Amino acid sequence: MSEIRYAQVKEWPYPVHYGKENEVSADVLIIGGGVAGCHAAINAAKRGAKVVVVDKGAVIRSGSAGAGIDHWHDACTNPCCRITPEEMVESGAAQSFGLTGYITCKESYDTLLDVEKMGVGIRDVDDEFAGAAFRDEKTRLMFAYDYENKHIIRLRGGANMKPALYNELERLNAETYEHIMVTSLLTEGSKTGSRVVGATGVNIRTGEFYIFKAKATVLSTSQPSGLWVFSTELVGSYIELFDPNCTGDGHAMAWEVGAEFTLVERSGPSMGIFHYPAYGTGNAHNTWYACTIVDATGKEIPWVDRDGRVLKTVSERYRPAPGQKLFTHAAIIANIPYEVRGPSLIPDLAERIKKGEYVLPFYADLPGMPEHERRAIFGLMVGNEGKTRIPIYETYTKAGFDPDQDMLQTNVLPPEKAGSYEPWWCMHSGGTGPPQWREGGGGIVVVDWDLKTNLEGLYAAGHVGGGFGCATASSTGRYAGRKAAAYARTAAEPVINRKQVEEEKARVYAPVSRNGGIGWKELQAGLCRIMQDYCGEYKGEETLKMGLKWLNSIRESEAARAYARNPHELKRTLECLSHITVGEMIMHASLARKASSKAEVWGADFKRIDYPEMDPPEWNKFVTIRLENGEVKVGELPFNYWLLPPNAPTYEENYDRHCGL
Amino acid sequence: MNNQAYMVPNPVTPCQAIIIDPKLCTGCNTCVEVCRTDVLVPNPEREKPPIVLYPDECWFGGCCVAHCPVPGAIRMEHPLNQRVGWKRKETGEYFRIGMKNPPPPNTRPPVGGW
Repeated sequence: MSEIRYAQVKEWPYPVHYGKENEVSADVLIIGGGVAGCHAAINAAKRGAKVVVVDKGAVIRSGSAGAGIDHWHDACTNPCCRITPEEMVESGAAQSFGLTGYITCKESYDTLLDVEKMGVGIRDVDDEFAGAAFRDEKTRLMFAYDYENKHIIRLRGGANMKPALYNELERLNAETYEHIMVTSLLTEGSKTGSRVVGATGVNIRTGEFYIFKAKATVLSTSQPSGLWVFSTELVGSYIELFDPNCTGDGHAMAWEVGAEFTLVERSGPSMGIFHYPAYGTGNAHNTWYACTIVDATGKEIPWVDRDGRVLKTVSERYRPAPGQKLFTHAAIIANIPYEVRGPSLIPDLAERIKKGEYVLPFYADLPGMPEHERRAIFGLMVGNEGKTRIPIYETYTKAGFDPDQDMLQTNVLPPEKAGSYEPWWCMHSGGTGPPQWREGGGGIVVVDWDLKTNLEGLYAAGHVGGGFGCATASSTGRYAGRKAAAYARTAAEPVINRKQVEEEKARVYAPVSRNGGIGWKELQAGLCRIMQDYCGEYKGEETLKMGLKWLNSIRESEAARAYARNPHELKRTLECLSHITVGEMIMHASLARKASSKAEVWGADFKRIDYPEMDPPEWNKFVTIRLENGEVKVGELPFNYWLLPPNAPTYEENYDRHCGL
Repeated sequence: MNNQAYMVPNPVTPCQAIIIDPKLCTGCNTCVEVCRTDVLVPNPEREKPPIVLYPDECWFGGCCVAHCPVPGAIRMEHPLNQRVGWKRKETGEYFRIGMKNPPPPNTRPPVGGW
């Protein structure tokens, strides 16, 4: 009988000092040490700022991209690319939109050259792919998806991205404070809407308290995840792509001090706990683009271009359609405009399965792919992507899987789900869970061309600032680090308000002094149920208001009795409190948008039962929300606010004016 | 057959997440340091293998395995309901992660090497 599994209850392995204060000063404080935070820290430190990075995990591997990255978007300035940053952003092919999209297109390749200097392999230096259609012989860069336009780069050493960034932080003497959860932002005079002067944190191993004082702060936290779906039984490898530490703490703390948010009401269908391991089943998209899919009898599923023209060769899957300038991959098709929509499997697959034309299950026919493509998909991409190098490449090959001989099975789903994109792409098989299961809510902080929020001293990078994906997160981090360092050079000395610290300490440590009450798992599952019932696929005035009422009721009752028996449970309990705040934000924003919307317009699948009209023109705008003196203030911004006064009318002019290079 | 039985809680979660070989593990706690969710905590007894305290919070990123200095001392295991299968194209044979008598390992490293 295993000693480990039947061990007696042992004392917590770390020395516990709840409430013991540590004070740390910085010119630039970085909250969240993922790729965005690391690039922010590196660029601020290079400009002479004293930099402090705080992270819930260990920076060497923390964050959504911590386990690795296989391809790099929007590298428009690489010497082989045929697309300008303007074309990329205006066509909708960039990973992000608006100003963060443009900043990425301008700096994504330079950011990649930065990490190459740190030792991350971005080229085919050993010529394994010499002669491949996706390889440039001169630069040895390798490209994904659109081989004609070459705007997305395959990374042969992306699994090493975070360790390389971590070493660079050490080299530049940026201080890292790890295993610390930041719980609140501190403001001048403790006021909502005033300058941000630092943050508080709690060590999730020792329970010690941290007061970070900073001239400038970069918020580089992730999208909140796990808001709708939680199970104590079926967690594990199928949870959302985001790190389970991405619980919306950054959103909640910025909201509490008056930061303005938008797109908060946006969410999409979730597979929830029905995921298979990421990129670990046969599929044809993203990391697996554009693998041949065959049915149980070995019959190939045809590929078509955006116009439905059947593609006869594998190489056509990597080329734009006739007359098309460029394309981006089509994994989440609903969001991809026709102009840049890439090739995909036939769109009427479901009907043809039902008619018996194709027999389930399907397989990813790696052996049938040309050798370079097969090795690029499984050896390079799966071999370097986060959550696949060890979980898929190592685990599967050790179990005997050989891409030269074997066809990986796709997960078997109802034919209706066998749309042109869905089941073969394991992350976004929309709708496999019940309709109440959603993911992606919480939105982003509104930022200006300095990547500054509406609060003085607070900058945003990565997901919280609109930087979707690794290249965007890294590029916006690089930019925000420069801007925060420039601000810190002339900023007044920050003054911490002791009362604000005391109030936060009382809030943070309350769960460890309680006996009885409920544990964090029950609290988390209960909050998810409120989100499912009152903020699911279909929303209405009455149900959203009830949702707000019940969230507040739980905050006053069960959450006020939640216990934590060690610093780890304390972290999880505090995350539940963030969950309540982010849930309220989503419901407020959902109430404010009095119209329904299709995914194509602003990336949301937003249905108001009481306002069923889809995308009435007067609602083609961003809804914004922020807190002011305890009241929720609703506002709006035009979809292109970054090109309207006081901004300049073109992307380039704004970038040149603000980029700080 | 041993008639000893214990009053113990149910298994925490329907998976083991990570498995440590106590014969190989040196107790260096590198895996404890890199784990983003503190699935592992140090063993109070020095040089003993870390304790897998929170397998239910594993992200299955594999960083603990990637950073382990002793090959084979720690491995990540997909939950049973996450184990997929494949078909050998030429022979039509079916295989599955976790099957009895699996095929021999494929030893080719990923692009760029381990």
